Amino acid sequence: MLPDQILFALEVTLNGLMAGVMYALVALGFVLIFKASGIFNYAQGVLALFAALTLVGFQNGQIPFAHLINATFGTNLHTFGWTLPGIVAIALTAGVMVLLAWLIERLVLKHLVNQPPIILFMATIGLAYFLEGLGDVMWGADIKTLDVGLPQGISETVESATAALLGYGFFIDNLDIVATIVAVILVATLTIFSQYSKQGRALRAVADDHQAALSVGISLRFIWVLVWSIAGFVALVAGIMWGTKSGVQFSLSLIALKALPVLMLGGFTSIPGAIVGGLIIGVGEKLFEFTIGPMIGGATENWFAYVLALLFLVFRPQGLFGEKIIERV
Amino acid sequence: MFYREAGDFKTTYPEDAQTFPIQFDRVRYYAVLAIAFGVIPFFINDYWANAVFVPFLIYAIAAIGLNILTGYCGQVSLGTGGFMAVGAYSCYKLMTSFPEVSILIHVLLAGGITACVGVLFGLPSLRIKGFYLAVATLAAQFFLVWLFNKVPWFYNYSASGQINSPERTFLGHFVTGPNTSAAAKYLFCLVILFALAWVARNLTRGAVGRKWMAIRDMDIAAEIIGVNPLTAKLSAFAVSSFFIGVAGALFFAVYLGAAEVGEVFGINKSFLVLFMVIIGGLGSIFGSFAGAAFLVLLPVFLKNVLVEGMGWPTDLAAHIELMIVGGLIVVFLILEPHGLAQLWRVAKEKLRLWPFPH
Repeated sequence: MLPDQILFALEVTLNGLMAGVMYALVALGFVLIFKASGIFNYAQGVLALFAALTLVGFQNGQIPFAHLINATFGTNLHTFGWTLPGIVAIALTAGVMVLLAWLIERLVLKHLVNQPPIILFMATIGLAYFLEGLGDVMWGADIKTLDVGLPQGISETVESATAALLGYGFFIDNLDIVATIVAVILVATLTIFSQYSKQGRALRAVADDHQAALSVGISLRFIWVLVWSIAGFVALVAGIMWGTKSGVQFSLSLIALKALPVLMLGGFTSIPGAIVGGLIIGVGEKLFEFTIGPMIGGATENWFAYVLALLFLVFRPQGLFGEKIIERV
Repeated sequence: MFYREAGDFKTTYPEDAQTFPIQFDRVRYYAVLAIAFGVIPFFINDYWANAVFVPFLIYAIAAIGLNILTGYCGQVSLGTGGFMAVGAYSCYKLMTSFPEVSILIHVLLAGGITACVGVLFGLPSLRIKGFYLAVATLAAQFFLVWLFNKVPWFYNYSASGQINSPERTFLGHFVTGPNTSAAAKYLFCLVILFALAWVARNLTRGAVGRKWMAIRDMDIAAEIIGVNPLTAKLSAFAVSSFFIGVAGALFFAVYLGAAEVGEVFGINKSFLVLFMVIIGGLGSIFGSFAGAAFLVLLPVFLKNVLVEGMGWPTDLAAHIELMIVGGLIVVFLILEPHGLAQLWRVAKEKLRLWPFPH
């Protein structure tokens, strides 16, 4: 039998790992877009919010822009009066995300080819503002609950199993377990897709070298739409997980800020980096909050990840798995 | 016709090296100064001061500061909000600890303290570059906001966790507190902005500015021709943070009067100032003014149009405003990635040939 303190720390670690998976889910979307187009997509968090809002909207049969229509024409519309099953709503939302990816490529990215990265970054911040406003205007800004039938609450199986084994029941959220499984499936699918499918190969070619890819006849624009669609889909998954966990509201878009240190740590260009970085950050911040947090006033989770990533970068500027930065004059 | 160098003979070296070589520019510059100092203070009222002029002046200081770092030295920073908070809180601590000292000194000292903090958080820039640095500066943002929230010493153990600016006078007029007149607020900020903008303009066209620009254009090449990256980068961080700290101090003490760190100096503030710099034009002092004016006026304008013009409820108007601001930023970046300053440059080139373009 282990002493209580260690068991407790173990539980915190386990919860940190689960939280890390959630961060990694968001970071994954960043990495995909950064690899394929060199764009640092700040809007990834807002994409997740937008996806979750749209999903809830479809599920509850909300009329889009109801608030705007009511304010302009003095009507009193709210819902179509139906509720869709979760799986149909998810499929519809995935469709919306693909449409959105196409629109973004068409209206924004196409015009910004060859601009310096900072301009593209700013454009995605503009996009984030726009989507945030659009999501609120379309579906209303009130906090919504999202329920697509994922299990929630404390897992009793884990608790009783660990209680029998160690004499101490671990509290682990069912949702976190589901999120972990989904993340594993997602990463496996993405890896298989990019390694073994034709489009995936094209995707890797574009990531490797834009011009070389163009010269062998790969359509850059199609790849961009594709990669933004995939990022939109990843955002949808992240939106479902985070939305189920803490409700669909504005703060959901702030998970982008949680994902940034994960990216720094793992390297902007590496999918395994996003996962490992997420896990390190998740465990690190939970353990830090658990051990040092009470001494210095708590709520250290906001900045700990950043400071950790910053210190780490000082020793390894390209992150854990990032491509080595070679500079030439 | 009137906008050209021809006929404007320079007979001394200082004349040849002046900021505005064209006479029309000089006249315009003095005219703007005359209006800003001599006309507006007599007509300004509380609404115009609080909604437009004072925020514009303060954001212009912050934008110049960030432009020095990002536009001239090429180091992208997302920590502006945090550095403004350092300025605000150090100004507050100084004001409450040394009530007899002039507020101008406090504001400048607050800038100095921010400069030290800026240098500290600028140190990683020697190792980390590009987006990694941009994200690393977020560490400053979140850590500083957390610090001012959690350590009660910074807000003098007040129950609300807010800081309130005590009443202070400058040259016999109130410049902080509820009894301040609109003109006093405006003039106080204007004088500081004028002095700092003058410093910034002359720094950036001098030896220091050239070093910064060499680092921006390519730091390894700059190092080879003898620019010390350590001093160049850190001096950019120091000067930039000084400006931003002064802006933060004024924002809290003169403009708001009371501040809660998470709300006022959050990450959105960082993005707002970065937008000002980008929309105004990277690497241009005029651009900082233009960007600040644009982003201060836009919400006021949109609010007037949407709420009063269209009669929409305020929450809906706020969301649509967000959409319009976001959309405009994207449109702007597509149409003119070099910002308002570039439009101004193009206009000046055109004006030079007018009315007989070839």
